[in-house]
Amino acid sequence: MQYRTRNIYLIPYAVWIALFVIAPIVLIAYYSMFDIDGALTVGNYRRFFTPVYMGMTVRSFWYAFLVTMFSLLVAYPTAYLLTKTKHKQLWLLLMIMPSWMNLLLKAYAFIGMFGTYGPVNALLGALGIGTKQILFTEFSFIFVAVYIFVPFMILPIFNALDELNPSLVAAARDLGASGWDTFRRVVFPLTINGVKSGCRAVFIPALSLFMITRLIAGNRVITLGTAIEQHFLVTQDWGMGSTIAVFLIIAMGLTMVLTGSGEEGRQHVK
Amino acid sequence: MSNSSKKPGAAATIYLAVVFVILYAPILYLAYYSFNSGGSMHNFEGFTLEWYGEVFQDTRLVIILLNTLAIALFSAAISTMIGVAGAIAITHVKSKQFRSALLTLNNVLIVSPDVIIGASFLILFAAMGVRLGFASVLVSHIAFSVPIVVLMVLPKLQEMSPTLIYAARDLGATRWDVLSRVIVPYISPGIFAGFFMALTYSLDDFAVTFFVTGDGFSTLSVEIYSRARQGISLSINALSTLIFLVTLVLAVGYYAINTRAIEPGRPARTGRTGRVEAGE
Repeated sequence: MQYRTRNIYLIPYAVWIALFVIAPIVLIAYYSMFDIDGALTVGNYRRFFTPVYMGMTVRSFWYAFLVTMFSLLVAYPTAYLLTKTKHKQLWLLLMIMPSWMNLLLKAYAFIGMFGTYGPVNALLGALGIGTKQILFTEFSFIFVAVYIFVPFMILPIFNALDELNPSLVAAARDLGASGWDTFRRVVFPLTINGVKSGCRAVFIPALSLFMITRLIAGNRVITLGTAIEQHFLVTQDWGMGSTIAVFLIIAMGLTMVLTGSGEEGRQHVK
Repeated sequence: MSNSSKKPGAAATIYLAVVFVILYAPILYLAYYSFNSGGSMHNFEGFTLEWYGEVFQDTRLVIILLNTLAIALFSAAISTMIGVAGAIAITHVKSKQFRSALLTLNNVLIVSPDVIIGASFLILFAAMGVRLGFASVLVSHIAFSVPIVVLMVLPKLQEMSPTLIYAARDLGATRWDVLSRVIVPYISPGIFAGFFMALTYSLDDFAVTFFVTGDGFSTLSVEIYSRARQGISLSINALSTLIFLVTLVLAVGYYAINTRAIEPGRPARTGRTGRVEAGE
């Protein structure tokens, strides 16, 4: 009886896994071995290791790294200070709220704000710096990406800080540690898991952004995500697109291993 | 920062205020100019509601809005059903390895970048000969919402004592009775949270939809993308102000459910670009 019960519930779920988790990965790997004319080849992989694609990969990783780092630099103090506020859950909700708004609309807002006649340039003008080209630069790309990802970094760090036992901090201070020492030796190590999951939540999506690169960076920044989109939807070279996707999946797996994805499993499997 | 361990000082308050203002600036900026009769996002000439009127007169936009809502509601409902079944199936599995294998497979779509999901689903639909349009978008949204429903429901199932089910069976309940009268009522907060998450995932999605939508069909995100590429139009501002208000209502609703039922104050959702860290 028990066995039959389990089977019934497992059927729709197993179908979902087979169709939308396993099949897509297999198909990506399969398509990566065909060229644009449908002939079997390893040419896509050879092409991936040429300077053009390697350079793009390296730059893509560099941008993702910068975005992750700046997000962390902004988010950690924010999360830390949030835990000190009086109604911290409410403040957290207010900080997270903008991230619930449609991403496209925020990108669209930045087009207006960073434009030649936008408020940012008006401010620069008022400060005597003069108008600058902000939109379609690497700066605007990184700024908007950080803007979008910061809430996702705040959340896990906030949770980690919130769970931190305050008596540990008090003990460190009593034993003569300076504020900085306490942070470096006690607070930060104890919240490292929050930092890790924050980095994981930012790094992988940052590696594969493509909408912002088009709208904000005006194709000046080409990430792995942009390249995949280009191959699939513009040049129709699905083979090369799949090859890049294969490497993105590998990068994703490595990121998960490096930042310790085991925690999720631990929480849910008793 | 480190010496403000007791009470936040002035510097801390300023820092938080600056972050706060920057986070809300784009939204307020859009909302402010949605009332501009000047027609641009830099010269506020006078107050008007003209753009709001335009949103509702734009039949194409209204149809797209309805499509988006239909996709969101259907995909949330169906993915909730599959997700609940999946969560029940996972708790029924005895073997530890099999269970963690299922969980790993479950989390693949949560951590995958949107571009990969979109591209691989596009290949999948092409391989199966599915025409791109409403159906392909709906199926994709169901597919990427299932794992988050599972993650929302699973903790509720795990904290449920199996004796409840034994008792029901002993008292003569059929399997269907056990599901509908014991399990589902017990895990309903998790189901609601999962449904809400699936709804917001669907409403928020751009990248996956962008890949699997054909020529004839469009959702709001895709439409905004193509309009934004053409330049600025204040009816988008008006629309975004309306959307923000709806989002606000959804957020408060979700938060209310979440704080009451799941875990106090943990809006676990992190949106489709930074897909969730549901585990954390």
